[in-house]
Amino acid sequence: MKWEALLFVVAFGYLALLFVIAAWADRRAEKGHSVIGSPLVYTLSIAVYCTAWTFYGSVGRASHYGPAFLSIYLGPTLAMLFGWMLLRRMVRIARAQRITSIADFISTRYGKSDSLGALVTLVAVIGIMPYIALQLKAITFSHAVLTAYPAEAQTNLIAAGVLSDKSFWVALVLAVFIILFGTRHLDASERHEGMVAAIAFESMIKLLAFLAVGLFATFTLFGSPGELLQRAATLPELDEGFGIAAVPGGAGGWVGSLLLAGLAFFTLPRQFQVLVIENVDERHIRRASWLFPLYLLAINLFVIPIALAGLLLGNAAGNPDSFVLTIGLAAGPDWLPLLAFIGGLSAATGMMIVETIALSTMISNHLVMPLLLRLRWLHLDSRRELSGLILGVRRIAIILILLLGYLYHALIGESYSLVTIGLVSFAAAAQFAPSLLLGLYWRGAARRGAAAGLIGGILVWAYTLLLPGFAQSGWLDARLLSDGAFGLAWLRPYALFGLEGWDIYSHALFWSLLVNVGLLVGVSLFSRQNRLEQTQAALFTGNLHPDLLPTSLWQGETLRGELRALLNRYLGAVATARLIPRGKGEPDDTLPATQEQISAAEQALAGALGGASARVLINSVVRGEALDLEAVLSILDTTSQTLEYNRRLEQKSHELARIGAELRRANEQLRELDRLKDEFVAMVSHELRTPLTSIRAFAEILRDSPDVDVAQRTHFLEIVVRESERLSRLIEEILDLARLESGRMPLNPEPLDLAGLARQSTEAVGHLCRERGVELEVDLPEDGAPVVADPDRLQQVIINLLDNASKFAARPDGRISLHLAPHKGHWQLSVEDNGGGIAEEEWEKVFEKFHQVEQTGDSNGTRPRGTGLGLPISRGIVANLGGRLWIEKSRRLGGARFVIELPEAPPQSGQDPDAQWLPAS
Amino acid sequence: MTRVLVVDDEPNIVLSLEFLMRQAGFDVTTAGDGESALEQVQQQPPDLVLLDISLPGLSGFEVLERLRAQPEHARLPIIMLTAHGREVEREKGLALGADDYVTKPFSTQQLVEKVKQLLGLAN
Amino acid sequence: MMPPPKLPGRLTALALLGTLLFTPPLIGLFDHPGANGLSWLPLYLFAVWGLLILAAALLLESSDED
Repeated sequence: MKWEALLFVVAFGYLALLFVIAAWADRRAEKGHSVIGSPLVYTLSIAVYCTAWTFYGSVGRASHYGPAFLSIYLGPTLAMLFGWMLLRRMVRIARAQRITSIADFISTRYGKSDSLGALVTLVAVIGIMPYIALQLKAITFSHAVLTAYPAEAQTNLIAAGVLSDKSFWVALVLAVFIILFGTRHLDASERHEGMVAAIAFESMIKLLAFLAVGLFATFTLFGSPGELLQRAATLPELDEGFGIAAVPGGAGGWVGSLLLAGLAFFTLPRQFQVLVIENVDERHIRRASWLFPLYLLAINLFVIPIALAGLLLGNAAGNPDSFVLTIGLAAGPDWLPLLAFIGGLSAATGMMIVETIALSTMISNHLVMPLLLRLRWLHLDSRRELSGLILGVRRIAIILILLLGYLYHALIGESYSLVTIGLVSFAAAAQFAPSLLLGLYWRGAARRGAAAGLIGGILVWAYTLLLPGFAQSGWLDARLLSDGAFGLAWLRPYALFGLEGWDIYSHALFWSLLVNVGLLVGVSLFSRQNRLEQTQAALFTGNLHPDLLPTSLWQGETLRGELRALLNRYLGAVATARLIPRGKGEPDDTLPATQEQISAAEQALAGALGGASARVLINSVVRGEALDLEAVLSILDTTSQTLEYNRRLEQKSHELARIGAELRRANEQLRELDRLKDEFVAMVSHELRTPLTSIRAFAEILRDSPDVDVAQRTHFLEIVVRESERLSRLIEEILDLARLESGRMPLNPEPLDLAGLARQSTEAVGHLCRERGVELEVDLPEDGAPVVADPDRLQQVIINLLDNASKFAARPDGRISLHLAPHKGHWQLSVEDNGGGIAEEEWEKVFEKFHQVEQTGDSNGTRPRGTGLGLPISRGIVANLGGRLWIEKSRRLGGARFVIELPEAPPQSGQDPDAQWLPAS
Repeated sequence: MTRVLVVDDEPNIVLSLEFLMRQAGFDVTTAGDGESALEQVQQQPPDLVLLDISLPGLSGFEVLERLRAQPEHARLPIIMLTAHGREVEREKGLALGADDYVTKPFSTQQLVEKVKQLLGLAN
Repeated sequence: MMPPPKLPGRLTALALLGTLLFTPPLIGLFDHPGANGLSWLPLYLFAVWGLLILAAALLLESSDED
């Protein structure tokens, strides 16, 4: 046959290429230039979901069961959309706890339990075996189709002897291949960059190959898609025409397989491996959440056209499972079947590589190593170098897995079509979902519950899916199917308790998950978690932040040397030196190891051996209580309180930050106030000292100079009296100001007529004005201006303003005016002068304490000086009366204009509103 | 005759100082602000200046600085008068070259003594 | 304080919508044969699938929440 040699070369060439890619990626990773650090590669690696079962089986499934194949990909699409957060959480936990596999994840969640890890591993191996068998079958089947065409493919060759069975050799070759790049080294982080790169490449190849076949079937074979559909309408096989009725179990079966595929997408060991363990950056999950569904869409797009085309070709295409190959063989160019073969090979090998590596890790970490460590007579704890042993265990595991897969394939694989085997494995993997998912959200999920659920679920799975498979292969009495175990009809595997009318997968999924979840919840509710379990449960459910844990859970003591020896045995010298570096000076092997070092050692060992084994190992060198139980317990007992406490603490710290900022502001204000107070005191002292100086000087002069003449003596005495008065006034004003500022100014507001008050004030200053030669104009409303104010204080303000105005009015011909008018519900009383005015930038300064208006060109002191407190006091009084006092330019007289604005008083009830305000006539 | 220039913006203080200085036998000129004080120094160079710090316009410190900047007045005895009792001002005045520093209110006798001392007339 | 992230809620809503569109009774609405006897169902499923991916891509790529 022309194909025989060609296929051999192509297959080995392809595997060699894969190996080159993997080796290249590994080398790059060692140099720190990872090639897998992109969302696209992550997505392609997840696409290991699409196996030979997809590549060949989807078309077969579509031919038999219409749209049923789609549910297998719609499930993961939905899971990816729902699971973004979930996945990210699993990745974070896996990284923090150095998780190596789904068995490790579940075992670690439930208190780093050995037995649970072993149980998960066993279930995985049993459950996944058919799936690996399926891939082997696909490879040999595709080979057989190509070589035997146009005759029917003959693949069941075990009768002719194992050694002449090609799938046996395929399994062996693959085993060698996987050993070569899956177990090259044992590292603290169980990552396989090379493998991921190779898988991503395979995902590309299988997609391209499938698309090529699809495009050929759709556009070339019958000319156009329309033509294909036209012809397909005549097919007798398509009675149900791709409707839901074609799906096994109908609508119920459809929903069942959606759920099944969605769960298995997370829990299949290989999916967990690429999704969680091999994830290098949790941000990749985000893009993969839509990119991966897109990949699924693309690889499914041509399934129906290929199925239709194959059916139309009739006998030339043969078995629907082989349409992908036979369409090309029957009607296409020679390279097309070859490309399809490579595509199928890549789909199959991709799955086998990842699955086998994941399973072998689980087997070595959770089945073999714990067992070996318990066997004292092996004296493992005293052997020098153990990393070789671990690698050896894994290599043997890989060979065994593939051989078991081969046996399954060879002995019973024939009884199922490609399409159906995959779902059996899915249903087994789905058994991990309850303990995995519930374990992430329900702290109460306990180890015993998880174990019971898992055992119960897998037993139901075995009874409803696995045993019937055996029965159909003739390994068991076929009556098991028709009559049930012990002849009891209600025990029929496909119709348990009489539940009939479902497809076998939905039926199995329903019963197994029911038992699984029921036992998990029920047993958990009635069992006690040990303390480590409580810690882990809290960590996994996010109720306990790792930072809250004491730096170490190890309380016992050990020497650095012992710890080094342990690490050296399992991880080698390089990792040991990195984890516990030696100091420069004396050898420190005899010093006690720190808690951090013990924790680091445990983590590193967990990365290589899984959490449970690492614990055992650390326990073997650490003397004393392994766990600071009290510390953990105290945290756990108060976990929810801690969370609440944390939340409050956060609130408090926000509050504190706010209060801190407020305090700083207040402090700054106080500082500013303090500075102002100092300034004020300095100014007050200055202002008080000035009159005091005159008083003292003249008093001393009069005392020391008896010969001063009478006129001069009288003059001096008058100065003393005037300055004393000034001093008293000053003190009075300072006190006023202090009272105003502290809000203790005794004000007695009462309804009064502002016009009347203004008139009285003008009378008080009339004499002064005449003395200064200043003309005073008064313009007051006739019918009164009602306001509420303290009459004495307000009059003080008005007089102060008039006094100021008369001081600053022009000389000679000084003119000042007093004007009162209503303005928007207020009364405005203005005092203007025709003096030099006040510059605009000074308008606010004149209201500052002790501010002296510059009296330019008047240095001889011919004008009386103020205290500098009149205006601040006036403004304070007006403000306390609910009004405003400001300064502007006088448009009429050209000088300064001071304006007092007070609210108009409301009419008083029960009184004649006018009576009160009538000006005294 | 020895001449004393009195600079202060308080007319009453000027009056009292003028009386005291005349009584002590000095000729007295007066000024109410910094600008006119500098003018007075040019027109009728005094032998001693009594200089208030807080003056309208040029402050006493500025007057002091300007006087000291002129070589012919570099050694002119100057007594600063201030109503501020703060130590920093005293130091600033002395640093700028004042010969003495008197806080208001002052003892008339002591002031006259200081003036005489600075003029080398003390017994 | 940071506002609570919006993305998880939106994505969950999208996933729920997808679940609704991919399950009975809604898929039943499209399960009737077209002119050539083939059901519209696969076409409907592929169309919804594509739109769902598009929506998810828009959601995930436009938000910069973590």
